[in-house]
Amino acid sequence: MRSNLSSAFFAAGVTFILAFPLLGLQLTTEGVSLILASSSATTLSYVAIGVLAVFFVQLFKEQILGQLSKVKPKPGTISNLLPAEENRAKLVKPGVLFVVVVALLWPFMMERGATDLATLVLIYIMLGLGLNIVVGLAGLLDLGYVAFYAVGAYTYALLAENLGWSFWACLPLGGLLAALFGFVLGFPVLRLRGDYLAIVTLGFGEIIRILLNNLTELTNGPNGIGGIPKPTLPAIQTEPDVSIIGLEFSRRASEGNVPFHEFFGISYDPAMKVVFLYLLALVLVFFTLYVIRRLMRMPVGRAWEALREDEIACRSLGLNRTAIKLSAFTIGAAFAGFAGCFFAARQGFINPESFVFKESVIILAIVVLGGMGSQIGVILAAILITILPELAREFQEYRELMFGLMMVLMMIWSPQGLLPMKRPHIELKQE
Amino acid sequence: MLSVRGLSMRFGGLLAVNGVSLDVNEREIISIIGPNGAGKTTVFNCISGFYKPTSGDIKFQGKAIQGMPDFKISRLGMVRTFQHVRLFNSMTVIENLLVAQHRHVNTNLLSGLLKTPSFRKKESEAMERAAYWLKKVDLLPMANREAGNLAYGQQRRLEIARCMVTEPDMLMLDEPAAGLNPKETRDLDELIVSLKHDYNVSVLLIEHDMGLVMGISDRIYVVSQGTPLAQGTPDEIKSNPEVIKAYLGEE
Repeated sequence: MRSNLSSAFFAAGVTFILAFPLLGLQLTTEGVSLILASSSATTLSYVAIGVLAVFFVQLFKEQILGQLSKVKPKPGTISNLLPAEENRAKLVKPGVLFVVVVALLWPFMMERGATDLATLVLIYIMLGLGLNIVVGLAGLLDLGYVAFYAVGAYTYALLAENLGWSFWACLPLGGLLAALFGFVLGFPVLRLRGDYLAIVTLGFGEIIRILLNNLTELTNGPNGIGGIPKPTLPAIQTEPDVSIIGLEFSRRASEGNVPFHEFFGISYDPAMKVVFLYLLALVLVFFTLYVIRRLMRMPVGRAWEALREDEIACRSLGLNRTAIKLSAFTIGAAFAGFAGCFFAARQGFINPESFVFKESVIILAIVVLGGMGSQIGVILAAILITILPELAREFQEYRELMFGLMMVLMMIWSPQGLLPMKRPHIELKQE
Repeated sequence: MLSVRGLSMRFGGLLAVNGVSLDVNEREIISIIGPNGAGKTTVFNCISGFYKPTSGDIKFQGKAIQGMPDFKISRLGMVRTFQHVRLFNSMTVIENLLVAQHRHVNTNLLSGLLKTPSFRKKESEAMERAAYWLKKVDLLPMANREAGNLAYGQQRRLEIARCMVTEPDMLMLDEPAAGLNPKETRDLDELIVSLKHDYNVSVLLIEHDMGLVMGISDRIYVVSQGTPLAQGTPDEIKSNPEVIKAYLGEE
């Protein structure tokens, strides 16, 4: 209680120092001079209520948290209705099937805006899953992940603009190039650990962004690159001769391509473009999910985790830690490259503003919020973090505040994340 | 098999190891004993490549290994344990043993993603080898438990099994009996002797449990304050006045 009292005074004091000058004082002009006036009585009383609330919450912290944790689920409440561990496994398959079906039908049930937003969610899922390899599985804190995203996006944008390459040629290339950047960066820095690694990757992220801003001849600097072609759907043409062509989802196709609606003889609908982009993103996410699930069960996935658990033991068993860390870094970067490539194609316009540090933080927040290493957690968190700001558009100014509050509450109630990692353990079958 | 000549290790002004020499032949159990802080673990760290020795020669199977990275030394067939158990706690027992076989399995990414027959074959071989050693150390029923949840004695045994699945020629055990009860120590005794007889493994041992050391060692090296004090068979060491002085102090 004694220590609570002093910390309560301290917290209340900090609240007052922060809140009073910002909310309680107002600058008004009188003639040519500025004068400092106190705000209205209601604002001041709000500040006072806030300070008092902080004071009492701090003072009775234990009691409050104790009460919260004491709340036992009554019979019939949700946590009791959840099936037991064994039965839960049986529900996984139908559950996954259900989600897949809903995801596939989504664009046909929802409006254009919802589909567009869902596509954005899918991009973040891809990024989250990729970073999850680096941070969640291999335990390497990477604060510059957005750099690889930028590499993927600019790969497609530049190749499409200058050489006229198609999306499908650039997609693997974007991934490969991002992986190459990951490899080149990883080589010298992966000897570092924890905080030091975080700082170097942070610097790398900034370097890439500043380069993009200043290599004006190549990247067009802050003005960005526009008119990036949308992805096409490859199809086989039989007339006049058999060849592979790209179907475009616009009214008129550029040279060499055929509009989708003409090819199938249906009427043109601008919503088709959005639906196609969504389905394409969905395919990419499924691909990412499948590859990472396999990786987790492969020797390299086991080695990532072992390295996170105990590096010294790994070395003593003959595992080359540099090679293993590098593989995590490289593979993680490759998925950011894919996502970036798709992002450029979807937006049609990119500039360095899309690849600022805050973007790295959001992706990292998705991984942490979801529960390090947990794939379903990352998917949930990506949905939450992308959709919440959209829902809270009216509270525009308070978005960051709500974001912060959510993170703080998460760390108090579930420091392991939404769904702490339930790794697919390899089992020894015994007779 | 292993020969160490004039090994010295200096940390700043402290000479932790000073001119230690030792030999381990095939199928031998060699112990290093000495008071706490004598530099035994430092010798281990130098041999296994965790430290780069200040001076001295270390040869393993005729190959100079001083200054080689630790993971490469381990791949030559010399695997060690640690004074404190170092398991991968959140991984299951069987996964601990699979990680240890990293260089025996097919680590090719593509064949893993596509589950090629050669990948499956290597994986199932690794699984069988792991199961074999689990049975050997009596941990088969625990195979799918998390390693961190095992009892201390079981963790110790798992650590030895994890070394053995790498199919080493020489095993270095740093105080394997620390924290074990008398029954567990007797089991450990049997296990180490069986490793030597049935699997042709040489064992280099640091241990304070004199019963264990005297019972199974072929030869013993005594180190005191970083310098070699004596060497010989258990009987010679027991009656060596220098050793008695170092351990019990002068009368």
